[in-house]
Amino acid sequence: MIPAAFDYVEAESIQHALALLGQHDDSKLIAGGHSLVPMMKLRLATPSVLIDIGRLDELSRIEDRGDHVAVGALARHRSVERSALLAQHVGLLAHIAAQIGDPQVRNRGTMGGSMVHCDPAADLPAAALALRSTMVIAGANGERREVPASDFFLGFMETAVAHGEMLIEVRYPKQTPPQQTAAKQTVGWNYQKFCRRAMDYAIVGVAVQLGSDPGIALVNMGSVPHFAAAASSALAAGESAARVAELVVEGTEPLADANATADYRRHLARTLTARALAAAGYA
Amino acid sequence: MSKIEITLTVNGEQHTDEVEPRLLLVQYLRDVRRLTGSHIGCDTSNCGACTVILDGDAVKSCTVLAVQARGGEVTTVEGLIGPGEPFTPVQQGFHQEHGLQCGYCTPGMIMASTALLTENADPTDSEIRHALEGNLCRCTGYQTIVNSVRWAAEHPDGVVPDRAATNGAHQ
Amino acid sequence: MSLIGARVLRKEDPNLITGRGQFVDDITLAGTVVMTFVRSVEAHARIVAVDTSAAMACRGVLAVWTAADIQGMATLGLPGLGRPLLATDVVRFVGEPVAVVVATDKFIAADAAELVVVDYESLPVAASLTAALADGAPVLHGALPGNTVFEQPFVDDLAAVFAAAPHVASLQLVNNRCAAVPIEPTACLADWGPSGLTLWATFQAPHHLRNTVAAYFGIPQDTMRVITPDVGGGFGAKINFVPELFLSCALSHKVGRPVRYTQTRSECQVLMYHGRAQEHEVHVAFDDDGALLGLRVRVTQDQGAYPDPTGMGLPVLTTAMSAGCYKIPHVAVSWRNVVTNTTPVAAYRGAGRPEASYLIERTVDLVADELGLDPVAVRRRNFIGHDEFPYATHTPLAVYDSGNYAAAMDELLTLFDYDALKADQAARRDDPDAKLLGIGFSTWLEIAAFGPPGSLEAFGHLASWESVQLRVQPDGSAIVYTGASPHGQGTVTTFAQIAAGELGIPFDKISVRHGDTATIPQGIGTMGSRATAVGGEGVRNASVQVVERAKGIAAHLLEADVEDIVLDGDGFIVNGTPSRSVAWSEVAWKSFQPLEIPTGTQPGSLDITVFQQVPNFSFPSGAYCCTVEIDRGTGEIEITGMYLVDDCGTVINPLLAEGQVHGGVAQGIAQALYEHVVYDESGNPQTSTLMDYLVPAACDLPSFVSGRITTRTPNNQLGAKGIGESGSVGSPPAVVNAVVDALSHLGVRHLDMPITPLAVWSVLADASANGGSITGSEVA
Repeated sequence: MIPAAFDYVEAESIQHALALLGQHDDSKLIAGGHSLVPMMKLRLATPSVLIDIGRLDELSRIEDRGDHVAVGALARHRSVERSALLAQHVGLLAHIAAQIGDPQVRNRGTMGGSMVHCDPAADLPAAALALRSTMVIAGANGERREVPASDFFLGFMETAVAHGEMLIEVRYPKQTPPQQTAAKQTVGWNYQKFCRRAMDYAIVGVAVQLGSDPGIALVNMGSVPHFAAAASSALAAGESAARVAELVVEGTEPLADANATADYRRHLARTLTARALAAAGYA
Repeated sequence: MSKIEITLTVNGEQHTDEVEPRLLLVQYLRDVRRLTGSHIGCDTSNCGACTVILDGDAVKSCTVLAVQARGGEVTTVEGLIGPGEPFTPVQQGFHQEHGLQCGYCTPGMIMASTALLTENADPTDSEIRHALEGNLCRCTGYQTIVNSVRWAAEHPDGVVPDRAATNGAHQ
Repeated sequence: MSLIGARVLRKEDPNLITGRGQFVDDITLAGTVVMTFVRSVEAHARIVAVDTSAAMACRGVLAVWTAADIQGMATLGLPGLGRPLLATDVVRFVGEPVAVVVATDKFIAADAAELVVVDYESLPVAASLTAALADGAPVLHGALPGNTVFEQPFVDDLAAVFAAAPHVASLQLVNNRCAAVPIEPTACLADWGPSGLTLWATFQAPHHLRNTVAAYFGIPQDTMRVITPDVGGGFGAKINFVPELFLSCALSHKVGRPVRYTQTRSECQVLMYHGRAQEHEVHVAFDDDGALLGLRVRVTQDQGAYPDPTGMGLPVLTTAMSAGCYKIPHVAVSWRNVVTNTTPVAAYRGAGRPEASYLIERTVDLVADELGLDPVAVRRRNFIGHDEFPYATHTPLAVYDSGNYAAAMDELLTLFDYDALKADQAARRDDPDAKLLGIGFSTWLEIAAFGPPGSLEAFGHLASWESVQLRVQPDGSAIVYTGASPHGQGTVTTFAQIAAGELGIPFDKISVRHGDTATIPQGIGTMGSRATAVGGEGVRNASVQVVERAKGIAAHLLEADVEDIVLDGDGFIVNGTPSRSVAWSEVAWKSFQPLEIPTGTQPGSLDITVFQQVPNFSFPSGAYCCTVEIDRGTGEIEITGMYLVDDCGTVINPLLAEGQVHGGVAQGIAQALYEHVVYDESGNPQTSTLMDYLVPAACDLPSFVSGRITTRTPNNQLGAKGIGESGSVGSPPAVVNAVVDALSHLGVRHLDMPITPLAVWSVLADASANGGSITGSEVA
């Protein structure tokens, strides 16, 4: 499969990338390219200009910022998966990154690419939601705005990033590790991904983060990555795991496809939530 | 659409070429460099037959534009050993354990396996299976591939201990 | 020293593990141009107009052809229902080529193809058997109202047998449509110049291709050469005569340059002929002990949009093998072939036999379930005895050669603790938190070694022998030229093993060449598990004849009687007098020197060509067991054990034989749990990428435990039956039987393939809602 022809420009800085975006209406940013290139090969995406931001090293850092860890938009899934900093403070994110696609895809795919692609079946948006992260978006004039993850994913493959803007980084609040007792060793988070082949997108996925500001997010339970608000509140209120699992499907609009009916997806979401809560150590 | 000049190091040799931006890395390797060991088996990054090592990482060269790889170092299956050199442990393992039949997925399997053993010298069978989850084989049913990678892990020098055990028939 | 049975490493490997393999797309000739299709987006439509002007205007485009440009070129397949090389007036499946573009490179070709505008007028679509057989169904071919190409009715429907039987039961089965998915899609490179036509193609039968294409264009066979270099898997799907093979040649002739076609995976999923796609109506009669009294099978074969000669034969093989390895006194079969608005259907690994093993092995489990008997006991009750061969079945096509089905079952049961598994299964059913355990058996049988006279002629081949030429070289090395054209089977290695043992020439000094009609005298090809049982026997036969001739030369050189000459080590000796010896290399060298050979004999006599025939098919068999665990919360199925006992007769190389079994079993598990070519009601393919068509990866499949028994075939002196298709024949019923067994306490009697987590969960949810057993609608 051969993409339609396009012009290619390499961005030398964030500002340069934004300027190029402003100059070309029909342009797209490319980083790892692992969402975009397959779509271009199938000619489902036919940008006339491709702006390569893959060399903007300042966007690939994973940094300790005190109360949160900032992950640059260009951080590859593999670096997220292996980051000691994330393993210590945001273990759920590192764990979820390790479940994406396959090793080759994780070597190239980027955090930001996955977020702005906004595939409801992708893993990382669930991490962003469950962890109550903040997205940092750069505007045409270089201004930065911060958007909570819960306001970021707007529709099917549509995010708060407008044309002319770019996602710069995602800020993940540091999580307090749960109290460990001799009787009970828990990590306080879990991700359950259900798919037919390991390489596939999730039929349903459930990300759970316990702690002072707990969150549950769902993969592929509608046309948009989904934050399970009612279940998360129930979690914060210390309600039973069974009650949380029951509430998790509230507000979802799961679709039917070859792998699942809507009922089955709801069932999976509840079952996987119960399992994730148990694995995370929620009593 | 204007062409772009790219410089790449492929299997240790540096090359500069003018390419269409839409040229995929696998097409660059096969059509421009005439290194046809990396194969194309799908359009959707599923099969892994095109796996090469780019700047130290296993990647699917069908999902990387050649221009994205500019300045990089690529190793393909052809670059694993020089003329007359013994097989790498992974290559030897695939031979010893019948890890290939038609051989079409094999270069990708070998590159992905090589990357695995670089990171994890002694993987379990389960780790091997998961490390190869992005590579499809239609011939072997994978068990002999797992055995092949296991063999390579157990023979890091790639030397076959007892040639007689293979009935004198080798290479 | 015989190497039969030795674990010899492959001669094929060094090139393939170093990137030095040569597949069709790796080969480039000076001036090569590229061919790309414009394919139908409609499943059934009238072509109102095709506008190629914009495409033709592109710089670098050499030709754009539509049906109008190929008038006079014959259709493929059945007369009156033939498939045109490019859709003419009507398209009949999504993906059917409507136009073809030739351009100087693949980018220009792809862009130009996008500019071809096709105006369709939609017609009603019949995208399934149900739709095609419905009253008032759309008619695909004017000559075929009702869409049934051929129907073989029951000769006797066994009404009396069933009426008198203590028990009867029935099953409706769907054998899901599958795609072969060789990792190398179709590729060809045609170079038709003034001195002739050369076609490189990824194909399983080069001479068959040469004969067919030469006849198609009316050119003498001596001016055409087909080369099948390294072939990246075939699985039966690369013996079909698809339009691209002919169009690349015709376009090379037209533009005067080599023309390459390299299929993409998305194209391959809709253009490469599919397999299976059968529906079965099975009725069985049996007594209180589980003895089978009668079997009535009706097969409906989906042929896709254009009936293929091989596709037409699939239900013949299915019905021939319907009784499996059981003594069933009365068997009645009927079949029909039906066209639908889908990709055509032809051979896929097993081709008609996996369908048969599935229907009979599901049926035997049903009988066991009906009677509350152990499925192993019911199988043993009905096995054909090891002393009952040759065994005549309900059809003269299948006269079983040899086997020992009870011994295979005995061997299988040594590989795991069946009683412990059954106890575990019962315990888990009582523990709501435990995964459910299922144990499934398949004692299967297949028809292999396609080679009896007439067997392949029926599918359009020249003949059913396989040709072997064996040439001893002057230095004492030898070359085997075989018409069996392998694509992963390891034939280069196994044939050298066979030859080495018979010739006394070292394995390392024997090369096996294949895949080129210019150098291989004649050939049929690799399909139907025939390479070793027919071609390998030819190698043995040629080797024996060469040794006899060499002995004559040795006798002359040693001044001894030929009767006293024996092979010994690297040469020949006078029996009983090892000091009187002559090395093979010397015999070989002198065999070319008129002064050194007996007067009146010809130089170069150590060169034998054999057209190997076999008197009958062989019938490889085996006993498989699959164990599964089912997650009650999600419906996920995990295969926890796959135990495989094969009987393929003599094994030439256990490493390679096991590899064939593993690959076939992987494809069988894939059919049972993962793979399914799906169309929507409008005939749009839903599985045209490897994201949607679920070929399993390493972590999705179990490891395998293998055992073996050996009953030689009397049909060849090697005793080898064939092994290429066994795994794909034997494994699907084992997997499905295991899943059904896991759920049988809920009243489940059947689930169609592929059994998805969704299907399992639906059953579990239904049972849960109904107090422990499923509702009637779920029961077959």
